[in-house]
Amino acid sequence: MSSETKQILTTDGIPLEISLKKAERKNKIKAFLLVAPLLLFLIITYIFPIGEMFTRSIDDKMITNMLPKTFKSMETWDGKELPSEEVFASFLSDFKILVEKKEHGKLAQRLNKEKNGFNTITKKLFRQVKRNKIDETQSIKEQIMKVHKRWRNVEYWQAIKRTAPPYTSAKYLKAMDMYLNEDNKITQVSEDRRIHRILWLRTVEVAFFVTVFCFLMGYPIAHLLATLPMKYSNLLMICVLLPFWTSLLVRTASWMILLQQQGVVNDFFVLIGLVSDDNRPEMMYNKVGTYVAMTQILLPFMVLPLYSVMKTISPSLMRAGKSLGGTPFVAFWKVYFPLTIPGIGAGCLLVFILAIGYYITPALVGGASGTLISNQIAYHMKTTLDWSFASAMGLMLLGGVLVIYWLYNKLVGVDNIKLG
Amino acid sequence: MSKNTEFVKFDKVDKSYDGKVLVVKDLNLNISEGEFITMLGPSGSGKTTCLMMLAGFETPTNGEIYLDSNPISNIPPHKRGIGMVFQNYALFPHMTVYENLAFPLRVRKVQKDEIDKKVDKALSMVSLSGFESRMPAQLSGGQQQRVAVARALVFDPAVVLMDEPLGALDKNLRESMQYEIKHIHENIGVTVVYVTHDQGEALTMSNRIAVFNDGKVQQLSSPDKLYEEPVNSFVAEFIGENNTFGGEVTDISKNVCKVKLQNGEILANPISVNSKGDKTTVSIRPERALINPKDKMDNNQTGKIEEVIYHGDHTRVRLDLLGNKEFILKVPNSSNELDLKLGNEIKVGWNSQDARALDPK
Repeated sequence: MSSETKQILTTDGIPLEISLKKAERKNKIKAFLLVAPLLLFLIITYIFPIGEMFTRSIDDKMITNMLPKTFKSMETWDGKELPSEEVFASFLSDFKILVEKKEHGKLAQRLNKEKNGFNTITKKLFRQVKRNKIDETQSIKEQIMKVHKRWRNVEYWQAIKRTAPPYTSAKYLKAMDMYLNEDNKITQVSEDRRIHRILWLRTVEVAFFVTVFCFLMGYPIAHLLATLPMKYSNLLMICVLLPFWTSLLVRTASWMILLQQQGVVNDFFVLIGLVSDDNRPEMMYNKVGTYVAMTQILLPFMVLPLYSVMKTISPSLMRAGKSLGGTPFVAFWKVYFPLTIPGIGAGCLLVFILAIGYYITPALVGGASGTLISNQIAYHMKTTLDWSFASAMGLMLLGGVLVIYWLYNKLVGVDNIKLG
Repeated sequence: MSKNTEFVKFDKVDKSYDGKVLVVKDLNLNISEGEFITMLGPSGSGKTTCLMMLAGFETPTNGEIYLDSNPISNIPPHKRGIGMVFQNYALFPHMTVYENLAFPLRVRKVQKDEIDKKVDKALSMVSLSGFESRMPAQLSGGQQQRVAVARALVFDPAVVLMDEPLGALDKNLRESMQYEIKHIHENIGVTVVYVTHDQGEALTMSNRIAVFNDGKVQQLSSPDKLYEEPVNSFVAEFIGENNTFGGEVTDISKNVCKVKLQNGEILANPISVNSKGDKTTVSIRPERALINPKDKMDNNQTGKIEEVIYHGDHTRVRLDLLGNKEFILKVPNSSNELDLKLGNEIKVGWNSQDARALDPK
């Protein structure tokens, strides 16, 4: 058997393989140029901001730039005893430059975040420097230690050393109610200050239950849509899509009108005698409101993928299931349901991912017990202006979504998703 | 053991979907055990509706259907024990061939080893042994069809319904599948109710054929009788090819009548005409009319050749005969001594017994 096949040549003597590749390369370049604008757009509007968010969330360069000499001299310090004269001297020289630039306040603020008490002692040192009380021919270490007793405490110097790296994971730890303690160990904050973890759990819980409710309500609707005759299904489809065509804010506001204590739903409950007039249940500004409004708003995202999958399932399959002896339930469970799994997967993933980052609705109808992590992010963006913390939480949310996507891929397979 | 001739019985069945139009009108039909019966008719003639009523997916508006003498109108489909082969196979796409076949057995709580045995047997019956672990999408159309047939038979149903099962196959495959289904039927003796609009299929496979039109059974008889002796002009027209003359009866005796046409007169076999003056359509099969007949025939006419079409095994000749410009003759290609040229006048003869005077169109 001859393994070597004869090379095929084109009429001008170039091997066919090469000239084919040439022709294909031209097409590939053309195709790439066609998608290039979109690619550029994606990079500018998506990858670049996310990268920016990431650097912002871990950035701690400010203090690294403020105390360059100090950190340099601290490299040899073991961090157990008070640092050497050299460290004190370089700290003073760094500090003097900051005083000249009037940036010593920022340093105090940053160091105070690391350890309480820095504010006072930095101010005291500032006054000494301002009055030129420190004689650089004497031992600088002795003089600084005299400014305040805390400068004699090794813990404060350890705190300074901890700020040396230009990057920090502090924001991420904070988002999980944790921090790095003096020994560089991850520690939980005291129990009464743990707010973020509650918010994370609540966000996942709300997203999960909203997904479940959407599925329970959307599945029958989608089935009806797929099986009704055209003229009825079109009408139903409009009903499903109507929320899409209404502003999110308007919809949320209408839920506020419906759900408030003097609202339409409560009035109706009182009218039919379900509850007494002076004991109207709270359905808003808590989790109930968030559930109801978000389920209604996200329902189309569940119905549409389900519908598009169900539309492709031939009704004769259910008939076949029944004619072969399966009860209607068996025929549904063994034949129809497994065929809708791609739609269920797509719908649930879509609703869950949208729900986990939902903002307006929980902000308006959620109240204190119904706010989610996205509201916390917005709070830090707009009120505290701690953008790096907001970025850290945003990225954690993104990471969570990616993990869910990965899990889904493992369990169901992304190829099985069908959006239409 | 005598066979039950009323194994499946449609008793005065009416069906209407909208309350205005009857799709099936006063249907009476008996199917005997082990019979292969075909419901044949154009689309919209009610044949599929009949099948769906028998399967239990539609309920009769009036009347009752009996299966082995038990009324079944109130029995849901899954309790009827009727196998069904669907038009588009309706194989479960998420199950392997084995699982598809095991489905009817599993819902009947059959033991695992028993299931294996039965699936094996059913697959070898359709010569698909070794395909157990394939998914339906990995099979060709013909193979999918066989799996569908095997699945409808695997749980030993008393009756198997087939709803145009070969409609999606190409011509050659369709023909070989026809024989295959026929042989399976002969081997296991199950009662088959088959629906099709393809008359060739119906003629090859069936014991009896029920020709449907307009919600009614026009004729129920064996394939040969249906072809040779159609009882009305719809059946004559629908089954096979047919030459017709419209005219009026001028004279009638016991087994021959004279029919006056627009320009001429012919002798015919009175089937549904009773007296002088009746309007009638005379139907003659193309192969019953001969060119230059050697035997003596009681109808002899002259026609002009309008068109000659070569068909391989035979040649079709279209004549202008007695004012009918669509008179078709089938000439076997072995008789090549004939001079079939356009415009030639030729002599054509047929027996009055083969010219059936039916109801007027």
